[in-house]
Amino acid sequence: MSSAPEHDADHHGLAGGDHSQWAFGTDFEDPLAGVDTSIPDGVDAHALAQYCLMLGDDALISSHRLSEWASNAPDLEDDIALANIALDLLGQARLLLARAAAADPTLVPLLPPGSPVPPEDALAFFRDESAFRNVRFVEPVNGDFAVTIARLLIFSTYRLAVLQRLVCSADTVLSAIAAKGVKELAYHRDYAGRWFLTLARGTEESRRRLVAGLTLVWPLHDELFRTHAVERVVDGQGIGVDPAVLADEVGVLLEQVFSLSGIDRPTLPAMGLVSGRSGRDGRHTEAMGRLLAEMQVVARAHPTGRW
Amino acid sequence: MPSREDVVRVLVSRVTDPEMPMLTLQDLGVLRDVVVSDDRVVVTITPTYSGCPAMATMRDDLVHTLHENGFGDVQVKVSLHPAWTSDWITDGGRQALAAHGISAPADAPRYDGPVVLNLMPTRRVLDCPRCGADRVTLISEFGPTACKAMYRCTACLEPFDHFKEI
Repeated sequence: MSSAPEHDADHHGLAGGDHSQWAFGTDFEDPLAGVDTSIPDGVDAHALAQYCLMLGDDALISSHRLSEWASNAPDLEDDIALANIALDLLGQARLLLARAAAADPTLVPLLPPGSPVPPEDALAFFRDESAFRNVRFVEPVNGDFAVTIARLLIFSTYRLAVLQRLVCSADTVLSAIAAKGVKELAYHRDYAGRWFLTLARGTEESRRRLVAGLTLVWPLHDELFRTHAVERVVDGQGIGVDPAVLADEVGVLLEQVFSLSGIDRPTLPAMGLVSGRSGRDGRHTEAMGRLLAEMQVVARAHPTGRW
Repeated sequence: MPSREDVVRVLVSRVTDPEMPMLTLQDLGVLRDVVVSDDRVVVTITPTYSGCPAMATMRDDLVHTLHENGFGDVQVKVSLHPAWTSDWITDGGRQALAAHGISAPADAPRYDGPVVLNLMPTRRVLDCPRCGADRVTLISEFGPTACKAMYRCTACLEPFDHFKEI
């Protein structure tokens, strides 16, 4: 470093002089600029894209729900923590949706000529509910902090297990996104696990709420491990993972947390499919429509808007 | 006279992180490659965290700096592999962090085997970057940016940021 530390060194260059920098960093960029997005030999591009939508939509919807805690969390530290985790998941969603769009551009909704909206944003903000491929597990309204912690523990444990397998994906883009995501999911899971333990061993009231939260989120948890046809295809091609094989591993880990917390693994029946279809088929819960309405309304009102 | 390539490398090496302007992108380890050909400059950077909002600004600051210095055709590429690690922060970067009251990261954990669930608060052996005391307490594992945790020194009582190991 060339300059001696000065009290105001952090602000040097920000006041006076060249103001043009304030106009920078605000436009859209391609998160995969320069990345080789060609499809590996023997890989079905459409299945790869569909699979990236599933992984990306899980992260996007989960991120949106967690971001609803901003300014509403029990204390400032957890406000920041949940926003931070939401931001990580949003970043993963952005990369995964960009990967989906690059693999199969026909999935991207068409926008009016002159629209500056990049493909990953078109996927996030201009698809209808039935085109979303996330599991229903991530959709329901937040409820109280204990519900969010129970949901986040299960989701981050599941997603970490998925991404760990995807590090070996034959698709190098997916593999790289997964390797970065593993580092992030590791501390998401630690965060949720610590709070799970704290609430379970805290007061009678915190324990009551945690048990109620776990009971509320549990019936949709089976869906995480239900193999979808797309997952079967990508598993066979070495680019994805069949989530059914992760059920035991995830179950053992959750059991560790439950047992340390003195909480019994719920025995509630799984919520059924709707006409044989689940979130991965685009059949969602009632909460999904409201979530999308809030998430998409501004973008949809201004499809050619520049920010 | 310095070559075009030397000029570009010096210019690029001076671009700083928008959130932590005491660190250059080179110090931070996000600058992965610079290729100068006759008519074009290609700079490759890698994201720190998947959702780091500073990436767009980093890219634009690189383009802006090179444009201002007469390099018109500039491309900034993204490299996703290998994933960024706090181990790539240079020694100079670590000194700059400490000089500005931010505790530098220790060695990053490895992620190539099973990832251990850690239900206890993260334990780190840290010295206060202001007074040097080793009596510090964790305030929050999450801080003002994705890469930082918040600590307090119990000797001088000042709070400080710690750059997390990842």
